[in-house]
Amino acid sequence: MTDFPIIRVVTKLLIPYILLFAFYVQFHGDYGPGGGFQAGVIFAAAIILYGLVFGLAAVKKVAPPIVIEKLMAAGVLVYAGTGIATIALGGKFLDYDVLEHHFLTEYHFPSGQHLGIFLVECGVGITVTAVMTMIFYTFAGRRQSP
Amino acid sequence: MMVIEFAILGMLVTTAVTIARMRDLWAAIMFTGIYSFLSASWMLLLDAPDVSFTEAAVGAGISTVLMLSTLSLTGKEEKKSKRFAPIPFLVVTVTGCALIYGTLDMPPMGDPNDPIHLHPDPGFVERSQTDMHGMPNVVTAILASYRGYDTLGETTVVLTAGIAVLLILRRGKEEHVEAEL
Repeated sequence: MTDFPIIRVVTKLLIPYILLFAFYVQFHGDYGPGGGFQAGVIFAAAIILYGLVFGLAAVKKVAPPIVIEKLMAAGVLVYAGTGIATIALGGKFLDYDVLEHHFLTEYHFPSGQHLGIFLVECGVGITVTAVMTMIFYTFAGRRQSP
Repeated sequence: MMVIEFAILGMLVTTAVTIARMRDLWAAIMFTGIYSFLSASWMLLLDAPDVSFTEAAVGAGISTVLMLSTLSLTGKEEKKSKRFAPIPFLVVTVTGCALIYGTLDMPPMGDPNDPIHLHPDPGFVERSQTDMHGMPNVVTAILASYRGYDTLGETTVVLTAGIAVLLILRRGKEEHVEAEL
C-alpha cells in the first residue's frame, strides 16, 4: 500500500493510541469496563491494522509468528499457573485469597483478590491477542503461497 | 433515548434483510461490518460497554478482515440458486415463529423483578465489595474470581480454536512457513 501515504501516516499515528487503549482496558479492567478478552482483541486489532497497511512481512517482523505461537499457550499457562500457585500456597485452585500479603497496604498495593484477578486477566489477554493475530497470519499468508 | 433505540433496532433489521438479499459478497461483508457496529451501539445502550468493545473489535474489525481475506481466496459473487427449496424455507419459517413466540415470554427489559436479578444469586453484587476488597467492577469480579473456572475454560477454548485453525489452514505448506521464519 505504498500509494496511500495518508493511510500510512494516519495508521502510524493511530496505532500507539489503539495499543494504549488496549493496555488501559486490560489494566483498568478492575475499575472500568473491560478485561482480558476485550483488551486482547483490541491489541490484536492494532497488530492486524499494521499488517493490513504495511504488509505481512512488516508485521511478522514486529510480532514474529514463532513468538505468537508460544504466547497462545503461554496465556493459558499463566492462568492455570495462577491456580497451581494458589494450591502451592495452601489454598484451593484459583483461590486468590492466599495471595494476600499485607504488603504496603497504605500505598494501596493490590490485595490477594486484586493480584489474582490481575494475573488471570493477563493470561486471558495474552492468549486472545496471540490467537487472533495467528488466525490473521494464517489467513493472510495463504494468499501469498498459491 | 427511545428514539435512538428504535432507530438502531430499525437499522439492524434493515441491514440484516439487505445482507440476506445480497449476491455481491464483498458488499455483504461490508454490511456485516456495519451490522456489527450497530450491534456495538446497541450493546452500549444496554449498559454493556465491555460487550460493546468486543463486538466492535471482533465483529466489525477482525472478522471483517478475515472474511475479506477469505474472499480473496474465493470468488466475489454468490452463485445464484434458481431452484426454490421448500424444506429449508419451512425450517426457517418454523424456527423464526418459535423464536418470536419465545420473546413473548421474556420479562420486560430493566424490570428489577426479572429472573436474572433474582435467581442466580443477588449476593454476588452485595458480597463482591467486601470479598474483593473494594474492587468496583462486579463483572470482572464474577468473571475472574467467582467463576474463575469458567473463564479458564473459555480461555482454553480460544487456544483450542487457534490451534485448530493453524492445523487446518497450514496443512501441506510447512516448508513455506519454515522458510518465512
